[in-house]
Amino acid sequence: MMSYLDQAPQVAARFARIKQRPVILDVKGLDKVFESPGRPPTTALERITFQVHRRELLCVIGPSGCGKSTLARLVAGLEAPSGGEMLLDGKAIHGPGPDRGMVFQGYTLFPWLTVLRNVMFGLEVGGSSYAEAEREARMWLELVGLTKFAAAYPHQLSGGMKQRVAIARALANRPSMLLMDEPFGALDAQTRAQMQSYLLQIWKQVDITIMFITHDLDEAVYLADRILILDAHPGRIRELMEVPVPRPRFPDQCVTDEFMAARRHIEELIHPRAAQMEDKLPAFHMTMAGDEVE
Amino acid sequence: MASNWTRPLAGLSPTASRGFWAASFLVPLALWCAISYLPFIWHPMVRVVDAGDSTWLTPGELVERAAFATENVDLVGRRARPATGLLSNPVFLPAPHEVARALVTGFTTPPARPEEPWLHQALWHSIQVIFWGFFVSSLIGVPLGILCGALPAMGRLVEPFIEFFRYLPAPAFGALAVAVLGIEDAPKVAIIFIGTFFQQVLVIANTTRRIDPALLEAAETLGASRRTLITRVVVPGIITDVYTDMRVLLGWAWTYLIVAELIGVSSGITYFINQQAKYRAYDRVFASIILIGLIGLATDLVLASLGRQLFPWMKTARSGWFTSGVALFRRRRKGAAPEKVAEEVASA
Repeated sequence: MMSYLDQAPQVAARFARIKQRPVILDVKGLDKVFESPGRPPTTALERITFQVHRRELLCVIGPSGCGKSTLARLVAGLEAPSGGEMLLDGKAIHGPGPDRGMVFQGYTLFPWLTVLRNVMFGLEVGGSSYAEAEREARMWLELVGLTKFAAAYPHQLSGGMKQRVAIARALANRPSMLLMDEPFGALDAQTRAQMQSYLLQIWKQVDITIMFITHDLDEAVYLADRILILDAHPGRIRELMEVPVPRPRFPDQCVTDEFMAARRHIEELIHPRAAQMEDKLPAFHMTMAGDEVE
Repeated sequence: MASNWTRPLAGLSPTASRGFWAASFLVPLALWCAISYLPFIWHPMVRVVDAGDSTWLTPGELVERAAFATENVDLVGRRARPATGLLSNPVFLPAPHEVARALVTGFTTPPARPEEPWLHQALWHSIQVIFWGFFVSSLIGVPLGILCGALPAMGRLVEPFIEFFRYLPAPAFGALAVAVLGIEDAPKVAIIFIGTFFQQVLVIANTTRRIDPALLEAAETLGASRRTLITRVVVPGIITDVYTDMRVLLGWAWTYLIVAELIGVSSGITYFINQQAKYRAYDRVFASIILIGLIGLATDLVLASLGRQLFPWMKTARSGWFTSGVALFRRRRKGAAPEKVAEEVASA
């Protein structure tokens, strides 16, 4: 059986190239403790250290409660860390800013703005003139294939289309980094697969570094260069894994040996077989004799 | 269909919806008709038609049924001609057709005394008092409510006092308002203001707090400043709910009207109603009360329809008299073509 550590020469060469590139996000010893009065403080993240290189696609995965969403919110500046530091392009992160775009699971499009005005939002609050913002926004809408829906309101769009608008809106600010917090989690399986392909295509065409939070193993292996695997309670780094699947990626790669090996390895880390055994339901017999379903 | 009406939150067909809407008016009207036109339901009085040989009954007079019966027993006992009469309701409950007639003639009948207002003058005066009271209240109350809802520090600073103040009944300030503002319209506007303002701040603040915090976070990651968060996210995000709140609050403002108009120099529809009651013209009293209700209902329907047109991003939004009017106006001024993109969206 193939190991996830076996890398084909072109994959190894690609990782070597990525490591040559400048570091975009440098996270050092990051801690996050949530304190609420009357209850013991909970440690969401502990001593998180990793680096993301330019134009890398890093996926963060872990069991629920491992603080993966908190990590994205810390990098976005929506939460303040309890300790450690984060540098974006060498500058410390203090609070949210247009240099980090974020795509949320809940779409978060502004319902009172048309698709076009949603994409223009960041440009307009950033001081661009209306005409300039509109020109830029139309270009981004073209990139996500929604030119025809420029005048539509968010409630008229499907979930996948909403999320494409959200991606266009985040990219329109030309951020150094795109943070995606389980962006496709609310979509049906087919739309999700399609959105994953769209994302890879957009990532290829645009100079952007992506940190992608997910709980879906296949999604992580399909998208990522490297996968940051977190443990829960407290949230610590279990492993920072290099995905051995070569690029460009295709949906049918999910049956290749490299893909299976990588997937199996993460699964072992996240749901160890021992824990799976403990989680079994008790045995019950509430059926009629002769109609067993095996 | 019929079985669906008993299912909680079941949708109604447009026909059924209109039917129920009409029934909500027709049922009370039918009850009123029944009480007015079916003598066996209530009719505690007798309107004397022919006094007979009675010494104290006069034709056209309203007497209680028991008194009328006793008098007739007495008359028959004395071998005198008994009185005749028709069963009728007390003078304070006119029949629907009388009120309907008063609704029409109310506007055409000159006032009993020359210094009294016509019905339409009285109504217009009341509408102005309501408008100014509500307008001034909203001018301060809406921004203050939004700030209280958006900024917890501000809410904490302002709301406890307002929470206390809103329990003070607005009419209690009548004497004070007259002392400070005189006897004309200013104290009336002030009472409407006091009745509306404090509720308004609290209601708007609560509405503001219901905004989806994820929208604020999204705006922050797009580079919005704190000020921009309020002007470009909070305000547009809650505007449709605030609009609905305002419709409800406007209804409350009307309930303070009667008290407000009794303060200082009595005026407006309240004065009109009181005068008619003095003349025992209860059909006009009813007509005036119904007019207030009709004005309120009409205002609300117009505002609801306007709201659906003003906020095109709402799921119930549709174009109508207002948007087409504005579009016509724009086209006349600019000669611009209607937006083509919108059609593409509609077809997609």
